[in-house]
Amino acid sequence: MDFSSIRVELLAALFSLGLLVFGLLVPKGRKDHTGVVATLGFLALLIVSFVAPGSGTSFSGGRYLNDQLALFFKHVFLAAAFLISLMSLRFTSRLAESRSEFFSLLSFSVVGMMMLGSSNDFLTLYIGLELMTLPLVLLTAWDKANGASTEAGAKYVLLSAVSSAVLLFGLSLLFGAAGSLTYSEVIRALAASSPDPLVVTGGIMVLAGFAFKIAAVPFHMWSPDIYEGAPAPVAAFLAVGSKAAGFAALVRLLLFVLPSASASYPLVVISLSALSMVVGNLIALPQTNLKRLLAWSSISHAGYMLLGLVAASRAGLGALLYYTILYLFANVGIFAAISSFGPAAGTGEIAAFRGMWKRSPFMAASLLVCLLSLAGIPPAAGFLGKFYLLAETARQGRLWLAVVALVMSVVSISYYISVVKALLMEKAEDESPIRVPFPQAAIMAVSVLITIGMGVFPAPFTTWTQSVAAAVIK
Amino acid sequence: MSQIHLLPAIILTPFAGALVLLCVPGKRTRAVRVVALLAATVALGLSLAVAALYDRAAGGMQFVERIPWVASFGIHLDLGVDGLSLPLVLLTAIILFAGVFVTWRLSNRSKEFFIYTLVLVGGVFGVFLSLDLLILFMFIEIAVIPKYVLIAVWGSTRKEYAAMKYTMYLLAGSAISLVAIIAIFAYAHDPVRGMGAWTFDLATLSTIHFDPGFQKLAFFLMLAGFGVLVPLFPLHRWTPDGHSAAPTAISMILAGVIMKLGGYALIRVGIGLFPEGAAFWAPVIAVLAAVNAVYIAFVAMVQKDLKFVVANSSISHMGFVLIGIASLNAASIDGAVAQMFAHGIMAALFFAIVGLVYDKAHTRAIDDFGGLAHQMPRVAAAFLIAGLASLGLPGMFNFVAEFSVFSGAIQAFPVVAVISISAVVVTAIYVLWVFQRMFFGPRNPRWDHLKDARGVEMVPIVVLAAVLIGFGVYPRAIMDVITGGILPLVQRVAALSVGGAL
Repeated sequence: MDFSSIRVELLAALFSLGLLVFGLLVPKGRKDHTGVVATLGFLALLIVSFVAPGSGTSFSGGRYLNDQLALFFKHVFLAAAFLISLMSLRFTSRLAESRSEFFSLLSFSVVGMMMLGSSNDFLTLYIGLELMTLPLVLLTAWDKANGASTEAGAKYVLLSAVSSAVLLFGLSLLFGAAGSLTYSEVIRALAASSPDPLVVTGGIMVLAGFAFKIAAVPFHMWSPDIYEGAPAPVAAFLAVGSKAAGFAALVRLLLFVLPSASASYPLVVISLSALSMVVGNLIALPQTNLKRLLAWSSISHAGYMLLGLVAASRAGLGALLYYTILYLFANVGIFAAISSFGPAAGTGEIAAFRGMWKRSPFMAASLLVCLLSLAGIPPAAGFLGKFYLLAETARQGRLWLAVVALVMSVVSISYYISVVKALLMEKAEDESPIRVPFPQAAIMAVSVLITIGMGVFPAPFTTWTQSVAAAVIK
Repeated sequence: MSQIHLLPAIILTPFAGALVLLCVPGKRTRAVRVVALLAATVALGLSLAVAALYDRAAGGMQFVERIPWVASFGIHLDLGVDGLSLPLVLLTAIILFAGVFVTWRLSNRSKEFFIYTLVLVGGVFGVFLSLDLLILFMFIEIAVIPKYVLIAVWGSTRKEYAAMKYTMYLLAGSAISLVAIIAIFAYAHDPVRGMGAWTFDLATLSTIHFDPGFQKLAFFLMLAGFGVLVPLFPLHRWTPDGHSAAPTAISMILAGVIMKLGGYALIRVGIGLFPEGAAFWAPVIAVLAAVNAVYIAFVAMVQKDLKFVVANSSISHMGFVLIGIASLNAASIDGAVAQMFAHGIMAALFFAIVGLVYDKAHTRAIDDFGGLAHQMPRVAAAFLIAGLASLGLPGMFNFVAEFSVFSGAIQAFPVVAVISISAVVVTAIYVLWVFQRMFFGPRNPRWDHLKDARGVEMVPIVVLAAVLIGFGVYPRAIMDVITGGILPLVQRVAALSVGGAL
């Protein structure tokens, strides 16, 4: 038992519990302090994950890994948690009660995500998944005064219960075939036996469970309603954290475990990817609410990111990781803008952003950069991210899939531009200047800097993500 | 010479200008203009320096710089300038300089206007100066959003419709050319057929002998993709709307420079990498280009809005460029590059004049005018210069360019060349007809309040007209450079066609 390999997770779990206690200790009028402490704590954890990630490589007999990939995703989750916690300060300060629990649950969810990224065993995987999802359900319904939020929470709990059931059933089938829960044992057992319908069915059910988490078509129906109903910071966390965690788990499953059972999985992943790109982008076109628009666009981005898993090569995985970073910052930047006004932390109607160039040039400019990144227009990072994914897809002989992605990405530009139009051209009813709150402004500034930085000086990020990919795929 | 880093400086100047403008308070319009003018002047100065220092005797690619960008994917910021790109860099700098003066009096959000304009022009410089395929493409894409915003915010007549149409056309074109680029990338990475390594360097890529089937497909994609920019008939539908809706300075840049990106990319990437593909598609291009030249000239003739006449005439003139490209010999491509330069300056001059008239009269309907030469003699003279250049009068640089195009084209496609030459006659008819209806005739008292161009307004007119006449009188100053730049290309094409015959 090498406890240094789960140092970050242990610290995060302790931190979650500590936040609960801290919430009880602070006097009633000072509840806001919990949020500040939580934010600083996430920042500290992020720094720890970079400077002292723990030397151990695995825990509990190889059921839990602390390799380069797990570490990469720990950085992503903690960075997301830090930014989301910063974004939530304004939302929670308006709540009458339960402020400290909000941050504690956020932290528990992050622990679950880190488990998902590190698990090398079906049972750990499942526990990580539930540890991530249950707090997210509560957070989605956090805005008690808002019926839409409660409704979103109810939808989320029902649908994720169904998806968990499907996943569990698939896992049980795989367990039945392989006789073990640990990946290495499963791989050995499945590779030895001939392809079995039982195993294929199990594998597809597992895939379906995670396709739900990353919101890939046809398992995407939950996301638009829930993004729209959830408080903006929580929606942002669902968009970036939950999706990245789904991919973290999928990388190991799709690159190592499932291929040993059957060669037909790439076909399933290609269909998921193509469907998500087409459906996500087309349905995003008529949206008038920015949160719903982002939900559909995030479905399409799941499709682009799946291309990296279709390729299943070092370059493909590296491209996926690169895309994960740029997707994180672009989305967080946009959600920060949504959460900086409106009573219920922003309903996200695009109409609210009209004439933003006059009301807050800073917000207009940051939104422009983040939208350009998602649309894949240089100099924002999105162009290169898409290029890496498509180049690798085409290099492996799937030029048609790259063409589908390109066509849909042109379609996507038209709805991103409709937001740009509202920002820069349409006239606002109320032209009074907006003061962007400091935390939101800080998040937007960070997002813009990293988005442009990754687009103009991509070499360090490319080298980093490619080296992580090279460490995973030997 | 490489110590001076002129080329990066040219690309960075507009972007630096835009960054400085970000920090200038928008209310201080005078400071905003001065910064924009400063950036334009520095860019023009640097471009002139490159033109002066370019070793004409040696020719070829000069001022080459290689800055690693993403080394693991073989993407480098390779910069360089040769006879093909040098005139176009100069053209861009001249038009930016003139464009700042045209917009001198703009008061509506002038800070943002100049920021977007400078970013747009910075992207254009990047396209002409990069020798790396992906970087070249990225610079084309950088210009997308500025163009959209510039047309939709500061434009006129159906500006939002025009901006959206323009953007979607161009993005669809980019997507098609990006497919070709990704296919080239995959091909070059193939160890058997290509280099077995990631590379985007155009010089390295041109050493690969792509197999003929791939060349035909890839060149077709490039033609369809970059053809939207040129624009090649029938991909031209965005042009009249976009160019007419854009504000004056942006119309100048769109017609003067952005259209040339397509022609440049077709020559540099299309012919440079796929000589056999180019030879295969040349007859198709030639026929479509003839349609461009002749049919659109007729379309221009029947327009009622002055700006639509000029916008359509641009498409017609770009037809000559395409015929030059299709003919694939030294004289014709020489002419195509010269025509890009000549038409760029001429179109900018036209749009500057149209803008001047529209700003004062608030209408562009040709029938509203008449006898305007009484009130605006200088504008009338400038319009005549642009018009004579447009119809290819000897003494203007356009004549040299068109002569060169057709002397090359007549060898490759005699019938198409003869048909296309008739476009020159049609051009003469509509230009002179418009001139007659607008400027000649009895004095119209309705326009007595209009003041002639003066002061700042004269700067773009004088600069652009001087360039047209100057190079028209002494074309060698630029033709020698162009010939030096395109000879290697033409020799490759010639060598291949001989090889094919054997």
